[in-house]
Amino acid sequence: MAVTPEDVRHVAQLARLGIAEAELATYVGQLNGILGHMEVLQGVPSAGAAAAADAAREGMTRRPDELGHAVPLERRREDFAPAMRDGFFLVPRLATHEDPGEGA
Amino acid sequence: MTASLLDGAAAAIAADVNAGRTSAAAVLAASLERVAATHAGAESLNAVLHPASPGAEAGSAASGALAGVPVAIKDNFATLSLPTGCGSKILEGWVSPYEATAIRKLREAGAVVMGKTNMDEFAMGSSTENSAYGPSKNPLDRSRAPGGSSGGSAVAVAAGMAPIALGSETGGSVRQPAAFCGIVGVKPTYGRVSRFGLVAFASSLDCVAPFGRTVDDAALAMEVISGHDPHDATSSTSDVPVMRVGAASLEGLVIGVPKEYFPSSLDPAVKALCDRALDRLRAAGATVREVSLPHTALAIPVYYIIAPAECSANLARFDGVRYGPRMDADGVQAMYAATRAKGFGPEVTRRILLGTYVLSAGYYDAYYRKAQEVRALIARDFTEVFASGVHALFTPTTPTPAFKLGAISDPYEMYLSDIFTVTANLAGIPGMSLPIGRVDGLPVGGQILASHFDEPTMFRVAYALEAALGAEAHR
Amino acid sequence: MSAGTNGAWEMVVGLEVHVQLKTATKAFCGCSTSFGDAPNANTCPVCLALPGALPVLNERAVELAARAALALGCTLHERSIFARKNYFYPDLPKGYQISQADRPLATGGQVILADGTRLGITRIHMEEDAGKSVHDRFAGMTAIDLNRSGVPLIEIVGEPEIRSSAQAGAYLRALREILLYCEVSDVSMEEGSLRVDANVSARPAGETAFRHRTEIKNLNSFSNVERALELEFARHVATYEAGGTIAQQTMLFDAAKQEVRPARSKEGSHDYRYFPEPDLPPLVLTDLWLVAQRATLPELPAARRARLVGTLGVPAHDAEVLTAARDVADYFEAVAAAAGDGKASANWVMGEVLAALNASGGAIGGFPVGATRLGSLIALVKGGAVSSTAAKAIFQTMLTDGAEPKAIADRDGLLQVGDDGALEAWIAEVWAEHPDEAARFAAGEKKLQGVLVGLVMKKSKGRADPKKVNQLLGARSAS
Repeated sequence: MAVTPEDVRHVAQLARLGIAEAELATYVGQLNGILGHMEVLQGVPSAGAAAAADAAREGMTRRPDELGHAVPLERRREDFAPAMRDGFFLVPRLATHEDPGEGA
Repeated sequence: MTASLLDGAAAAIAADVNAGRTSAAAVLAASLERVAATHAGAESLNAVLHPASPGAEAGSAASGALAGVPVAIKDNFATLSLPTGCGSKILEGWVSPYEATAIRKLREAGAVVMGKTNMDEFAMGSSTENSAYGPSKNPLDRSRAPGGSSGGSAVAVAAGMAPIALGSETGGSVRQPAAFCGIVGVKPTYGRVSRFGLVAFASSLDCVAPFGRTVDDAALAMEVISGHDPHDATSSTSDVPVMRVGAASLEGLVIGVPKEYFPSSLDPAVKALCDRALDRLRAAGATVREVSLPHTALAIPVYYIIAPAECSANLARFDGVRYGPRMDADGVQAMYAATRAKGFGPEVTRRILLGTYVLSAGYYDAYYRKAQEVRALIARDFTEVFASGVHALFTPTTPTPAFKLGAISDPYEMYLSDIFTVTANLAGIPGMSLPIGRVDGLPVGGQILASHFDEPTMFRVAYALEAALGAEAHR
Repeated sequence: MSAGTNGAWEMVVGLEVHVQLKTATKAFCGCSTSFGDAPNANTCPVCLALPGALPVLNERAVELAARAALALGCTLHERSIFARKNYFYPDLPKGYQISQADRPLATGGQVILADGTRLGITRIHMEEDAGKSVHDRFAGMTAIDLNRSGVPLIEIVGEPEIRSSAQAGAYLRALREILLYCEVSDVSMEEGSLRVDANVSARPAGETAFRHRTEIKNLNSFSNVERALELEFARHVATYEAGGTIAQQTMLFDAAKQEVRPARSKEGSHDYRYFPEPDLPPLVLTDLWLVAQRATLPELPAARRARLVGTLGVPAHDAEVLTAARDVADYFEAVAAAAGDGKASANWVMGEVLAALNASGGAIGGFPVGATRLGSLIALVKGGAVSSTAAKAIFQTMLTDGAEPKAIADRDGLLQVGDDGALEAWIAEVWAEHPDEAARFAAGEKKLQGVLVGLVMKKSKGRADPKKVNQLLGARSAS
C-alpha cells in the first residue's frame, strides 16, 4: 500500500493543509517510511479484541439539561476573533452555490 | 535566602506559607529570579515561554495544600492569566477566555502559576525540538534534549524554578522528560484527572500529568488535581484515594518485570541501574517476578496510527475562523490552507497527513480499525498480568539517557524513544518515572506501572524505592 | 394520473428527517438553544470549539431521542457509539460533527399511515447541528452565527419504501404528529426544527432492484417535498425513456422557481473519515432507564383515535381532528369526562373552541374556558336547562367571564323556559304580530311551522324550549 504523491495531495486537501509541490516528495517518503513500520500489525490475530474491550467499557457520564452548566467566556469574542462584525464571525465569502446542507 | 525558599519540598513551602513564615509573593519572586537566571543569553534553558508577573499570586487561595507553591504549567493548558500557545505559531498570542479544570484545582489549593513552559508543538515530539519557539535544554547538560513533549515543565522542576509542574502525556511526554532530567513524572490512570482545558492531541490517550522533584511532591500534586469533572465525559467518578502513602515495607507486594522491556539491545548501563533498583525493591520486602507482555513490540505502530488519526480531527478546529492568526487569501478554502500551512510545523503537518490517510476511505480497516484491535490486545496483556497476582511492574522508562539536541532526524527513530512508555497510554493504566541513578552524569529513570486506578500501589512502590535508593538515585 | 406512477414507472423514495430535540441547552454544552437571539450570543468554549474544550452529552437529549425511537417502534440499543464526521466548513467549529455512525441509538421501526400502510424506519441516530452561514449580509464576506452550533438533533432515516409523493407527505405528517405528541420536538419547518432530505429513484414497475437515486435538499415544506419528488421523478422517467442514465448526485429544490437543479458539488466525493468520538465513552442505556423512558411515552395518536371512536362514540373523522394535537385531545377528553357526552363534546371542541382559538391565535393551554366549565355547559344543554342557542351565547360570555355557566345563564336570563303559560304568551304575541302567517299555518300550511318557531324563539330571546314550542304550535294547526 505505497503512498503516492497523489495520495498526499488528496489527504492534504482533506486536511486543508497547503503543501508546496516541492515538499511533496519529502512527505511521500516519510509517510511510506512510517507506514512501513505499521505493516507488522497485519499479521497479528486480533479479531474481536476491540469489540470485547468496548463491551467492557463504562458508559459515559451525562449532564442535566441546565443552563448553569455552560462555562462562561471571560473575554469577549471580539477580542479574540480574527474578523467580527455585528456579532458575526466573518470569513471570505463562500462560493454561492456551495452545498449548504453538507453534513447536516 | 530566596533560593532556599524553593529548595524545600512543595509540602514544606505550603506549610511555611500557611503558617505565615513566608509569603506566596516571596516564593514567586524567588521562582521568577531563578527563571531570569536560567534564561539569559545563549545558555538559556528556554523552558519558560511566558513567566508570570510578580503580582500573579493574587488570584490564588491564601491557604491550602499548595499554598504559595509555584507551579510551572505546560503551554497546552488553558490559563486565564497567561497565553496558551501549545508551542505552535497557529496559537501565537492566544489567551484563553476560560481556564482548565486542573489549573483551577491548583489555584484552589493555593498554588501559583509561575509560568507557561515550552513543549513540542501540540505535544507531538519527544525532545521539545518541535517547538515553534526553539528547543529547551537539559539543565544537566545543555547540549542535550530535556525530553518531551513536556520538556519545558521538566526543566522548570529540574532547574529549581518550581517544585511541581504540570505536563501532559499522550505517549510518555512526562515520564520520558522526567527520566531525562532526573525528576519524578506521573501519568495517572486515564480518567483520573480532568482533561477539560488541556488542548487535545489524541483524546483517547491524553492525560494531565504532574512532575515533582520528589515522589511526595508528585503525589501531592496528584491528590490536588484528581477527581471527577462534569466538563469531561471521560473523567472517572471514582473516589480519589490517598496517594501520599509514604515509604513503608513492600512485604506482600509482587512486582513484575516484563521481559519485553529488557531487550538484549538495552543499554547495559541502564540495565545495571534497573537491576540495582530491583535489588532495593527486594530488600524492601517485595517479591520480584519475571512476567511477559507479549504485544509490547506492537505498541509503537499502534500508537502512531491512533494518535495521528485523533490529532487529525482534533487539530481541524485551528482554521482561522474564530480565533488565532489568519492568513488572508482569496476564498475560504485558500484561507484554511494558508492559515494551517503557515501555522503548523513539519511534525504536526506530518501527523495530520498520516492521521488523515489512515482514516480515509479504503485505508480505515487496514490501519485504524486494526490498530484499535491490537490496542485492545496490549491492554489485555496488562489486565492478565495484574490478574495473575502481580501488583505493579518495574521497567526502565527509556532505552537510553538524554540524547544530544539534533541527534535524531528520522521521525520513526524519534518515535521509538517512547517505546517503554506508550503502552501505559494505550492501556490507560497509571505509570510513573523516578530517578534510579546516572550514567555518565546523565539521569536514568525507572518506571513503575500499576493497574487501572491503583495509583496508591504505584506510589507505595515509588516511595519505597526512592527511600531505598536515597542519594544513589542521583549518582 | 396519480403522482408516483407514470405509466410503467414506479417512484421509490426514502426520506431522511432531521428533528431538533426540545431541550433547554445544547447537546454537548450548557448554552441555550433559544431561537432568534443575537448572533453568537449562545456560545461558549465548547460550541466555539476553543482549544481544550470537551463535549458532555445532555441527558435530556438522550431521553427525547429514546422517546422518539420508542414511539416509532424502534429497537433501542443498550450501547451506542458517537463518531466524528470530519469536514471543513466555517459554520462547523470543530471541523467535525459529533454524530453516530455504525452503532446508532436505535434501528428498525415504522410509521403507520391512516390507511394502515407501514413504512419502515432504518435507524435513528443522535447528532449535533452546525451553525448558520449568512452569505448576503456583508459584501464579499460570509457571516457565521454559531447559536445553532451544537443544538441536539436526531436523524430519522426511512427505508426506501415510499411509492408516491402523496405517500411521502402522509409519512411526514404522521411522523410530525407522533413527534409532537411525544413532545420530542416543535417540528417546525419554519424554525428549522424539522428538515427533510429526499432520496428518489424511478424504476419500471415490476423491477425489484433499485436504480440510481438522487438526493434532494433544501426542502422547506411538506408540499415542497411532494412537489420536488414529482418533478425529480418525472426527470428520471424522461431521462430513462430518452435512453439516458441518472447519475447519483445531490439536487437542490428552488421553491421560488419550482424547479429541482443539481447542487454545484465539490470535485470528488466526500470522505468524512468517521471514527469513534474519543471524547465520549459509549452511551449506555440500562434496562431500568429504558423502563422509565417507556413510562413517559404518551398514548400515541393512532391508539388514541381508536379509543375515542370505540369508547367515547366519536365519529372517526372527528377523532382524527381532535387527536391532531395532543393538548387539544387532552382538553377534549377532559371536556367529555365532565360533560358525560363524547359526541356533543366533540362538536363543541371542534366547533366553538377551535373557532375561538383560531380567532384569538392562542393555544389551548391558555384557553379561558377550562375543560370542566365547558363540560358543565354541555351538561346543561343535555339536561334541557339551556337551549343550544343560549349555550352559544353563554360560551361567548365565558370567554371573558370566569363564572360557572349555570350562574351566567341565571344572571343573563338564559335558562330555558318550558312553562306552558309563558310559552303560550309568546306564541300569542307572535300570532298578533304576524296574523297572515298564523292564519295560513292554521289552515294547514305546515311548512310555516319552522318560521313561526323561530319567531317564538326570537321573542323569548332564545329561552323558549323549542321542543315544547313545536308541540304547542302543532296543536294550533289544522291536521
